[in-house]
Amino acid sequence: MKILYGFLIVSLMAGFLGAAEAGKITVDGSTTVGPIAKAFAEFYMKQHPGVNITVSESGSGNGAKSLINGSCQVATMSRIMKQNEYEAAVHSEVLPISFVVALDGIAMIVHPGNPIRELTMEQIKNVYIGKIKNWNQLGGPNVPIVIISRDTNSGTYETFETRVLKGEKIVKNCEYVGSSGAIRQRVQSTPAAIGYVGIGFIDSTVKALPVNNVPPSPETVKDGSYPIGRPLYMYTNDYPKMGSDLYLFVNLFLTKKGQEIIEETGFIPVTNY
Amino acid sequence: MQRNERNLIMSDAVSRLRRLTALILKGFLLLATALSLVAVLLIIAYITRDAFPFFKLRGLGELFKSTAWFPSGHPPEFGALAIIFGSGLVTLGAIVVAVPLGIAAAIALSDILPYRLRQTVKPVIEILAAIPSVAYGFFALVIFAPLLQNRGGSLLALASWIIALPLGLLLIFAVTEIATRSIREDMVKPARLILAAVLTAILCRSLLALSAMLSAVKISSGTNALNVSIILGIMALPTIVSVAEDSLQAAGRELREGSYALGATRAETLFKVVIPAAGSGIIAAIILGVMRAVGETMVVWMASGNAAQIPSPWFNFLSPVRTLTATIAGDMGEADQVTGSSRYHVLFALALCLLLTSFVANLISEWILRRQQRRLGGLK
Repeated sequence: MKILYGFLIVSLMAGFLGAAEAGKITVDGSTTVGPIAKAFAEFYMKQHPGVNITVSESGSGNGAKSLINGSCQVATMSRIMKQNEYEAAVHSEVLPISFVVALDGIAMIVHPGNPIRELTMEQIKNVYIGKIKNWNQLGGPNVPIVIISRDTNSGTYETFETRVLKGEKIVKNCEYVGSSGAIRQRVQSTPAAIGYVGIGFIDSTVKALPVNNVPPSPETVKDGSYPIGRPLYMYTNDYPKMGSDLYLFVNLFLTKKGQEIIEETGFIPVTNY
Repeated sequence: MQRNERNLIMSDAVSRLRRLTALILKGFLLLATALSLVAVLLIIAYITRDAFPFFKLRGLGELFKSTAWFPSGHPPEFGALAIIFGSGLVTLGAIVVAVPLGIAAAIALSDILPYRLRQTVKPVIEILAAIPSVAYGFFALVIFAPLLQNRGGSLLALASWIIALPLGLLLIFAVTEIATRSIREDMVKPARLILAAVLTAILCRSLLALSAMLSAVKISSGTNALNVSIILGIMALPTIVSVAEDSLQAAGRELREGSYALGATRAETLFKVVIPAAGSGIIAAIILGVMRAVGETMVVWMASGNAAQIPSPWFNFLSPVRTLTATIAGDMGEADQVTGSSRYHVLFALALCLLLTSFVANLISEWILRRQQRRLGGLK
């Protein structure tokens, strides 16, 4: 255990040194928030040559972990930090501050050739807990449903689990996939598949279904009528020093350009210019 | 003459220095050798240490008896039986793909194909080993999985022809040979022809029926055990081919020439002399290749579907499965090491299972090699 603490202290120190190093920001975390962070990083580095921002996408949980052990300055997360993560952070003398940079809706996607037109929350839940096994139970063709989920590592999964499944367990034959892009890839190439992605990932290769008669769109998520919406977060350790690169980077979402970037990546900005 | 004054007997100081240098160098070499041993021991120790709390928290039964894998549930369940089964199934599939192909290729390269062809083919096969596993995974996910979904039935039918036709023809050849052994000399040729024709017709008829049956199979999800088995088999191929071919070559020219000199045919030499002589190397090749398949993570994580279920029936390769390696890779992120939860320690318990498997496999291969060596030694 002592060795472990030793490692922790060393990595913490490395983290502080990293944070102190001018012009370098490391971002890690959610694959959903990743595109926003990447677009922000690209924009910011163009405005401020000499600043180097690296963005990795390893899942919300890993983002929190990296922030806690000091290997990143910004953790992008598609869910709120959990109680035990806060506890671990405080224990490591890290004070997580959250920025809600955008809103997102989780869209149910199927193959474009699928004749299904809409789903209810109840139907989605029943598909994922295994009560509905065939598309003909939903008014489609007689084909077994190929159920695809994000891995349990992701914030999207946890949002889906708490908001849609409400604590019930996913059916055993559900397939797990490592990223939102991979879900879209699987759904666009599998006629019998159903999956869920953030609305930023919707494109013409898949069909996004209305849920409870409400289509997933920025407007419906913002006014609360779309039932599976969520905020997207960036976390920093303590509030960044005013005027620092880190401060400007995490507050980029408040600017007009930031709003445009968020809209371009397909998410819903919290500002309204 | 100055040169003659050079002292041929070393002074005590020089001699001591030399001995010391030798000792230091020896010690350094010993250390370098010991390093890998120490690394293995440390890995085993740390994994066991981190796996132990899981068994203390949850007991032994759940992990190996239950198939309910819900690490993030409330309350969580950690039944890894389906996952262990998935690893086993995928490995079995990889063995079925890689071992016959690999051994056949090794034999062809070492004893059948012309030397110049071998010189170009073997490096090409070895290139397979240099392709990163994520590239294999990408291929499996983006190209092979949709192909299985869209053309799965016809692919299976085609595969059944490719596998069964040459094997069947070989079998027919052998059967006609044996069946016509005891009949009159002038009848042998026509009898063989007729028998072969009849058997070939039966073979083709049954193959047609089989392929019609397989063509009707609809694969709903292309990321399944079959997909991963084939890809893992291909990944294990270069290891098996390369090591097996090396050991066949090592059997030596003298052995083969001795066999020919005693009047053995090429086939007899190959099957009764060369392959038994290279047997230990071939087994080592198989075990090395299989261990590569067992330990592979990226491909199974991307293309096996990761559904923690035991297929029904158990040999249904068309259903998605989850393996130990993919579970460790996929569940690491949310497993909280700071709070020391069972969700974290269960992954080490799984790693321990993997470690023990490869340990046992290595022991078995060692045992086979020893036995083989003893038997060959006895023949001398």
